[in-house]
Amino acid sequence: MSAGLALDFTVNGKRRRVRVPPMKRLLDVLREDCGLTGTKEGCGEGECGACTVLMDGVPVNSCLVPAVQAAGVKIVTVEGLAKGPALSVLQRAFVERGGTQCGSCTPGILVTAHALLQRAKGRVPGDAEVREALAGNLCRCTGYQMIVNAVRAAARETQASARKRAARAAKPGARAKVKSARTKAKPAKTKVKTRTKAPRGRKQAGR
Amino acid sequence: MIRASTPRTRRHKTTLRPEPAVGVSVPKRDGADKVTGRAIYVDDLKFPGMLHGRTVRSTVARGIIRRIEFDPAFDWSGVVIADYKDIPGENCVAHLTEDQPLLAGREIEHADQAILLLAHADPERAEAALGAVRVDVESLDAVLSIEDSLAARVKVHGEDNVFKEYNIARGDLAAGFAAAAVVVEGVYRCGHQEQLYLENNGMIGERTAAGGIVVRGSMQCPYFVHHALQRMFGLPPEKIRVIQTVTGGGFGGKEDYPSVIAGHAALLAWKSGRPVKLVYDRLEDIASTTKRHPALIRVRTGHSRDGTLVATDVDVVMDGGAYVTLSPRVLSRGALHAGGAYRCPNVRIRARAVATNTPPNGAFRGFGAPQTVYAIESHMDRVAAELGLDPLDLRLRNAVVRGDQTPTGQILRESVSAVEVLDRTAKRVGWTEKRRRFERENAAAERAERAGRFAPGGRRLRRGIGLALGWHGASFTGSGEVRLASVAALELSPEGRPRVMAASAEIGQGAITVFTQMVAERLGVAPDLVLVETPDTDRVPDSGPTVASRTTMVVGGLLEDCARGLRERLELFAERAIEGGADFQRVARRFLDQRGPLRVERGYRKPPWIEWNDDTYQGDAYPCFSYGAIAVEVEVDLDTGEVRVLKATTAQDIGKAIHPLLCTGQIEGGTLQGLGWALLEEVRWKDGRIWNHQLTNYIIPTSMDAPPFDVVLVENPFPGGPFGAKGVGELPMDLPAGAVVAAIAHATGARVDEIPITPERLLRALDGREETR
Repeated sequence: MSAGLALDFTVNGKRRRVRVPPMKRLLDVLREDCGLTGTKEGCGEGECGACTVLMDGVPVNSCLVPAVQAAGVKIVTVEGLAKGPALSVLQRAFVERGGTQCGSCTPGILVTAHALLQRAKGRVPGDAEVREALAGNLCRCTGYQMIVNAVRAAARETQASARKRAARAAKPGARAKVKSARTKAKPAKTKVKTRTKAPRGRKQAGR
Repeated sequence: MIRASTPRTRRHKTTLRPEPAVGVSVPKRDGADKVTGRAIYVDDLKFPGMLHGRTVRSTVARGIIRRIEFDPAFDWSGVVIADYKDIPGENCVAHLTEDQPLLAGREIEHADQAILLLAHADPERAEAALGAVRVDVESLDAVLSIEDSLAARVKVHGEDNVFKEYNIARGDLAAGFAAAAVVVEGVYRCGHQEQLYLENNGMIGERTAAGGIVVRGSMQCPYFVHHALQRMFGLPPEKIRVIQTVTGGGFGGKEDYPSVIAGHAALLAWKSGRPVKLVYDRLEDIASTTKRHPALIRVRTGHSRDGTLVATDVDVVMDGGAYVTLSPRVLSRGALHAGGAYRCPNVRIRARAVATNTPPNGAFRGFGAPQTVYAIESHMDRVAAELGLDPLDLRLRNAVVRGDQTPTGQILRESVSAVEVLDRTAKRVGWTEKRRRFERENAAAERAERAGRFAPGGRRLRRGIGLALGWHGASFTGSGEVRLASVAALELSPEGRPRVMAASAEIGQGAITVFTQMVAERLGVAPDLVLVETPDTDRVPDSGPTVASRTTMVVGGLLEDCARGLRERLELFAERAIEGGADFQRVARRFLDQRGPLRVERGYRKPPWIEWNDDTYQGDAYPCFSYGAIAVEVEVDLDTGEVRVLKATTAQDIGKAIHPLLCTGQIEGGTLQGLGWALLEEVRWKDGRIWNHQLTNYIIPTSMDAPPFDVVLVENPFPGGPFGAKGVGELPMDLPAGAVVAAIAHATGARVDEIPITPERLLRALDGREETR
């Protein structure tokens, strides 16, 4: 059984080495060899999305990925979404807004939604955009609306706290979006201001 | 902030007058575990020395097993093999009757029937062994449809293939029809539907050193499994232990089937002496587990000129599959809901469940009611069209009100909300205005197309809106709750926290969260102080199955009583009132120190006003009904036959929303399952086998198919339920199909009398061609 390929990859920020048959499904490598059972199997053929994980930031159905393809890749599973004991903003939104019922699709949906919010870079995706992003993740319990609501609420909350941070860091009135502040043609002034206020702002945010 | 860790005692320590716990959407108890991947489902468990089981199944629908061959070229070392001769007790899955064998002996009665079990430490070897078994079967003529079964040319059950028949009668049917100004007839069909819980069925069986059995797995009804295992293994109840693991959805699909797979896992464990995991993949789960009963329903109604119902005659035939299993109960509920939430003095309802050589059909959310409610609601829309009445007005004219009688003679006394849910749905959606607007726009589009002016992309689109009214009896039918005699308990944990002891399964719906709320409210503490024991037959009493929209109303009611009793005991002990969580815990700990353990138990007692006669099928079929109405808006592509649901607006009276968010979640999720059943979900058969047993071709709605939902929770309290609560789990499933049919008819003028309304069926109807099967 131990005959196989020595596979190095990163899972949820930790480097791992496992020895597995090269065609073993990534899903099984994660569940059996890495002990990460949060990722679920729903159909085994890439239709339901319950087994969704991120490979270098891109959501994939891990039931369709042979282990050999994961060599050197950074993988994120549902277990890697929270930093520390507190739930992530997205996870908390799912609990508070009815985004999870039986929980079988939840890990895959969270991973897909997480990737969507990363891509959106602080923008709040519209209802249709969230639905399209989640179209490869089946849920039989919720009717999807509360899932969509939770994803958008998490995006709004993240955006609001980013704005608050930016506002605290900048002078009132200079509530420029983080992105535009960075790319402005005349950044010098802003930068100076940011620098002078930044330490205090950051501390407060940290508390 | 919700912590990722399980909440322990905190915060509420200072609360003197706790916030109300009921009617508030507190964080779902199992939420944090489910969003972090920490929730442990059966397939996530491993035991030392564990084997992996596989099932050899029949490929034919009916036949006699002649010989089973094991390929001599295959390496059989380490493979455990079990067949029917290895069953220590009876070869049956005990339920209502005992006709279903755990493993086929000689006769095959349906395709994918389990014949032989295999297990190996390596799942891949177990899988390979499957291919090395050859079952030689002599094929016999099989009965594969309701029509074939009724014709009884081939007899597979008794003389007429009928498992069960119910007849409900009231008034004088002939006189009713004689007095009717208009008589309308219709025939309505619906097919199988797969529950499609995202977590497949799975169990782990173990043989204990003491000669007992432990089974863990995904299930709704631990005591059903417990009961069935006693018979299979000939063991006394105390030697069998059944533990529910986190369950990834059920919808009825984990009501009776878990007894089968538990028996298989336990049998392999019994024979091998090692833990055996038996977890189905999706293909096996769809192919071999239960489905919603297909139905063929004839409805004939008589009306006076203004639409008033004067006679209702309904004939229901359901396909039970190869064994009786739950069919009589499904049929009973179907029959009891078949007249719809309408007042009618002269009614006849005949309902039969027939045998076919297909896998047994079982429980699926609604349990027979969605089929008959779909039929009567489709029919009411047809009646409205034939009489030239607004479907809303027709329903308002006939909807039951307080004091009306159902076909079984039950007088509807309390919490009767048919008119209210209709009114509120119509108002919310802007029924009359929207109906007219769609009609205007459709007419304009047709004129434009005739003039050669097409919409962008050349698509010929029409929009329509349809309405349905439904009801759902909460808890078991008739005398069912008396027979169940459910028990629930509350006990004090060592740290002085109340702990819910019930067999009710959390399957995603929020049962355990709702329990903590109801108990907390009566104890005057915060819900997160309340613990909930895992359903484990060694620990919890038999509070009945997690089915029939009964958990909140019946088991919740018992727990509310337990909480009252517990509080009384502690207050008597303390000789004062208890104020808040910290105080509760203080008193509870003192009680534990001085008096020892405390447990308060309550059993179901039939309210004296419920009278039911199983022989005449007359009386109070249910303690009460929940009521709901839905308006579905659709857009139909006349050229492709595709239907897009634009919006679903629904008002549902559930008595009291203990947890409004969870209730809304039940309604939205149930509605989408109903929409899927109406439009997408079709089980396709070939020679008695399901050929679309994959998520690739058994299509359930995605986030792109799901419409936005507008849900109105109506709270018309039922005095017999805890805090006024009635059932909510199944009603949402009953409503959408009839409304979809009506909306499509409104959009296109084509009335389709078979669901799902696939593009093919709709195009045939649009062409005016005769529907062929």
